[in-house]
Amino acid sequence: MATLPSDDLTPTGEKRRDFIYIATGAFAAAGAAAVAWPLVNQMNPSADVLALAQIDLDLAAIQPGQAIKVSWRGKPVFARNLTPKEIAEANAVQVGTLRDPQTLAQRTKAGKENWLITLGVCTHLGCVPLGAGEGENKGAFGGYFCPCHGSQYDTAARVRAGPAPKNLEVPEYAFKSPTQVTIG
Amino acid sequence: MVKLIAGLLGGVFCAALLYGAVVPRDAVQPDPVAKYHLAPKEVSWANDNNGGLAIFSTFDRGQLQRGYQVYKEVCSGCHSINRVAFRNLVDIGFTPAQVKALAKEADIASIDDKTGEPNTRKGIPADKIPGPYANEAAARAANNNALPPNLALITKAREEGPAYVYSLLTGYRPAPADWKTPDGLYYNPYFRSLNVAMPPPLSADGQITYTDGTKSTVQQNAKDVTAFLTWTAEPTLEARRRTGVGVVGFLIILTILGYLSYQRVWADLKRKKPEMMPAE
Amino acid sequence: MSFPWAKHYEPQGAFMKYVDSRLPIPRLVYDSLGAGYPVPKNLNYFYNFGVLAGFALIVQILSGVILGMHYAANTTIAFDSVEHIMRDVNGGWMLRYMHATGASFFFVVTYIHIFRGLFYGSYKPPREVLWLLGLVIFLLMMATAFMGYVLVWAQMSFWGATVITNLFSAIPLVGETIHTWLLGGFSPDNATLNRFFSLHYLLPFIILGVIILHVWALHIPGSNNPTGIDVKSEADTVPFHPYYTAKDFFGLGVYLTLFAVVVFFLPNALGEVDNYIPANPLSTPAHIVPEWYFWPFYAILRAFTQDFLFVPAKLWGVLAMFSAILLLFFLPWLDTSPVRSNNYRPLMKQLFWLFVIDVLILGVCGGKPAGEPWLRISQLASAYYFVHFLILVPLVSRIEKPLPLPNSISEAVLKKQTNTGAPVALQPKGAGLAELPVSGQPAE
Repeated sequence: MATLPSDDLTPTGEKRRDFIYIATGAFAAAGAAAVAWPLVNQMNPSADVLALAQIDLDLAAIQPGQAIKVSWRGKPVFARNLTPKEIAEANAVQVGTLRDPQTLAQRTKAGKENWLITLGVCTHLGCVPLGAGEGENKGAFGGYFCPCHGSQYDTAARVRAGPAPKNLEVPEYAFKSPTQVTIG
Repeated sequence: MVKLIAGLLGGVFCAALLYGAVVPRDAVQPDPVAKYHLAPKEVSWANDNNGGLAIFSTFDRGQLQRGYQVYKEVCSGCHSINRVAFRNLVDIGFTPAQVKALAKEADIASIDDKTGEPNTRKGIPADKIPGPYANEAAARAANNNALPPNLALITKAREEGPAYVYSLLTGYRPAPADWKTPDGLYYNPYFRSLNVAMPPPLSADGQITYTDGTKSTVQQNAKDVTAFLTWTAEPTLEARRRTGVGVVGFLIILTILGYLSYQRVWADLKRKKPEMMPAE
Repeated sequence: MSFPWAKHYEPQGAFMKYVDSRLPIPRLVYDSLGAGYPVPKNLNYFYNFGVLAGFALIVQILSGVILGMHYAANTTIAFDSVEHIMRDVNGGWMLRYMHATGASFFFVVTYIHIFRGLFYGSYKPPREVLWLLGLVIFLLMMATAFMGYVLVWAQMSFWGATVITNLFSAIPLVGETIHTWLLGGFSPDNATLNRFFSLHYLLPFIILGVIILHVWALHIPGSNNPTGIDVKSEADTVPFHPYYTAKDFFGLGVYLTLFAVVVFFLPNALGEVDNYIPANPLSTPAHIVPEWYFWPFYAILRAFTQDFLFVPAKLWGVLAMFSAILLLFFLPWLDTSPVRSNNYRPLMKQLFWLFVIDVLILGVCGGKPAGEPWLRISQLASAYYFVHFLILVPLVSRIEKPLPLPNSISEAVLKKQTNTGAPVALQPKGAGLAELPVSGQPAE
C-alpha cells in the first residue's frame, strides 16, 4: 500500500474502523443469530409430541346421557352425549345471569348440539371435575362438580357456582363423520 | 533424583515390553473364514450421487416406496423397524391419508381398559411400525434360536452398511467344497462367519410385483430395500446435507473475511512500521 | 506478569466507572485478553490451538446441556432416547453430531496444543504449573469423553465401559472392591449409567474452572514464543487485542469450516459402527476399541502380554498406561536444558519428531485388533515412548550443544524478514537492546 501507516491512526493512535472489520463483524453477527435459532427451537415440541397433538375420537359408543374421558395433550377431555332434557335445561338458562355468558349453541357444533366436548380441567385451579363417569356426582346443576373447591358446572359445562371464573374450555375440534371427531 | 528414578522406571517398563516382544508367539493359525470372506460389492446409490461426491444428492422417492414394499412383503415377517413411525412414511412420498390407512392395518399392543388384559388396537400414524415378535424370546423361538436383527439402523451398524446389506441379499451361493455349512444355516461369503441363519429372502425374480411397474428382479429388490433401509437409518440425511451446504458456504466466506481482517490488523507490523524502531 | 509498557484500562463514561469500582470484570478482560496484555509478536499458528480448545469446550457444553434436555439415563431407554434426539427433536440430529464430532475435534486441537508446548519448551520454568494444570485438564477431558461415550448405551459403549472398569480390578488387594464401588454393581448397569451421566455433566464445568487457573498461570509470566527467549522490551510484543484477537478469529473460521464439513457430510467417519447396535451384555463385539483419541494409550495397555517379575501382565498394562500420562507431569524436571525452544536444540528437535512418529504408530496399533503384527509393533513403540521421556530427554538435556540464541525476539523477527527478502528496514539501533545481557535463560 502506498499510504504511510500513520494514515490509519486517529490522533489517539487507534486504527480507524475499516470496512473489512465492519463486514466481518456483521457477517459474524448474522452467523451467531443463525446458530442461535436451532438452539432455541430444539426446546419446541418434538415431532413425536406434535404427532399426538391431534387425536381421533369415535363417539358411536356413547349413549345419550353418557360421557367418556379421554387424554388429549396430556389433559382429560370429556365427551358427553346430552339427552334432550339436558339440552332443554341448558337452553332455558338466562345467559345474562351467567358468570361466563355463553349459549349451548356457542359451545357445540351446528346440528350436533347433543355432543358436548370440553376439557376436563376446572378453570379455577386445574382439578379434574367429577360427573363424566358412571355414578359420579354431577353437582346441583346436573353437569360437573369439582370436589377441590366446590365449583359447579351445568349441563352445558358452564360454571354456575363456586370459585371457577370460566366455563369448561371447549377445545378445537371438528366432525369427520357423524360419529368421528378430530380434536386439536 | 527425579531423573534417576525416571531412568529406572523407564528401564523396567522397557524390560517388560522387550521381554514380551521377544518371547515366541504361538503360530498364527490361518483363519478359515478369511479365505472365503468377501468385502461388500461396489454399488452406488441415488443418495450418494451414484458414487460421486455426495453433497447435493437426494433419495429417489420412487425407490424408497418400492423398498418399503419389499420390506413389508418379505422382511417384515421376521425383522422389525420399530424406530420408524407410520407418520415418517410421509417423507418417502405417501399421503397422510395413505399413511393413516397403513397405520390402521397394524395391530398395536395395548391393554384392555376394562379387564386389564393385554390386547391389540388399531394403529394411528403416531405409532411406531410394530415388529413381528413381542420380544426377543419370541423372536428366537420362531427362528431356531437366531435373532433377526432390527433393521431400522442396520446400514449404520455395519461397515459400508448399504453395500453390505445389498451384497448379503444378493450373495447367496453354493458353499465351496471344503467349507462346511451346518444344517439350518446358509452359506453367504458376505456374512462375517460365512454361515448365516437367514435363508435367502429374495430367491427369485418377480417375487414381488411393484405397484409402479418397475421390473422386479432380485437385484432390483435388494437395491430398493437397501435404499429404504438407508432412509430408515437416517431420515434426516437430506436435511443434513442441505444445511451443510449453507453452513460451510457461510463459514468459508466468514473465514475469508476473517483472514482479510487479520491481514489488515497486522499490515503495519509486517511492513515494519518506522515507529517500531528506536529513534535514530 | 507486568510488562511496564502494557496499556492500562480507562473506564469510559459514568456507568463503566461505576462497574469498575464495584466488580472490575471489564478491567480483567482488558488486562488479560484485551489491549492490556502484551504478547510476543512472533507467535505462529501453532499458538492458536489453546483458544480453539477453549472454544471446543464451549461448543461441547452448549450442545451437551441441550442434549441433556432430551436424553434419558436409564439402560432400558438410553439408546432409544438418543434415537429420539436424532429423529424427532427439532434439529436434534445436528446437536448430536455436533457433540460427537466436537469431542473428536476437542482432542485434535488439544493434542496439537500439547505438542506445541513440547516443541517450544513451554513447560519449562517459570511455566511448570501452567503445564501441570494443562495435564490436569487433559486427564479430566479423557474421563469426561470416556463417560460420555458410555451414555449412548450401545455395544461399544457398554463393552468399552466393561473393559476399562475391569482395569481397576487389576490393582492388588483393593482392586475388586474399587471395581465394584465404581460400577455400583458387578458389571456396567443402571447404577453405572446414572452416575456416569451425573459426572459427565459435572466434569466439563470443573474443566472450565481449571482452564481459568491455566490462563491465570499463563498470564503471570506471559506467553512463551517460538524462539523460547524472554520478552525484553516493547519492541518484542504487540497487544493481544487487536493483533491476536484478529488472528484467533481467522483460526476459528478455519476450525469451524472443517468442523462443519465433518458434522454435515462425514458425521460417522470418526465413530464405530458397533455403536449403532443397542448394548447387549450377552454378546461381545468382534473388536472392542475406544474412540480414536484413546488409541495410543490403548496400544500401550494391550502391549503387555507376559507376566514379568511376578507382576501379572494385566497389571503391567494398567501401570504403564497410567504412567504414560503421569510421566508428563515430571517433564519440567526431566528436561533441564536451559534452552526452551527446539528451534535451537537440533538433537532434541529430531527426538521430538521421532516421538511424534512413535505416538502416531501407537495410535494406529491401538485401533487394530489385538494380534500380530500389531502387538509386536505396539511393544516396540511403547518401549520407545518410555525410552524417549525417561532416558533420552534427560540425557539429551544434559549433553546437547544448543545453537546460539538470538538477542531478542524482535531481532529474530527482523532476521526472518530480511532473510525472506521482505523490505529491509532500519536496523535496530542499540538503544534498549544491546544493553541487556546476551539472552540466555535465567540460571536454574
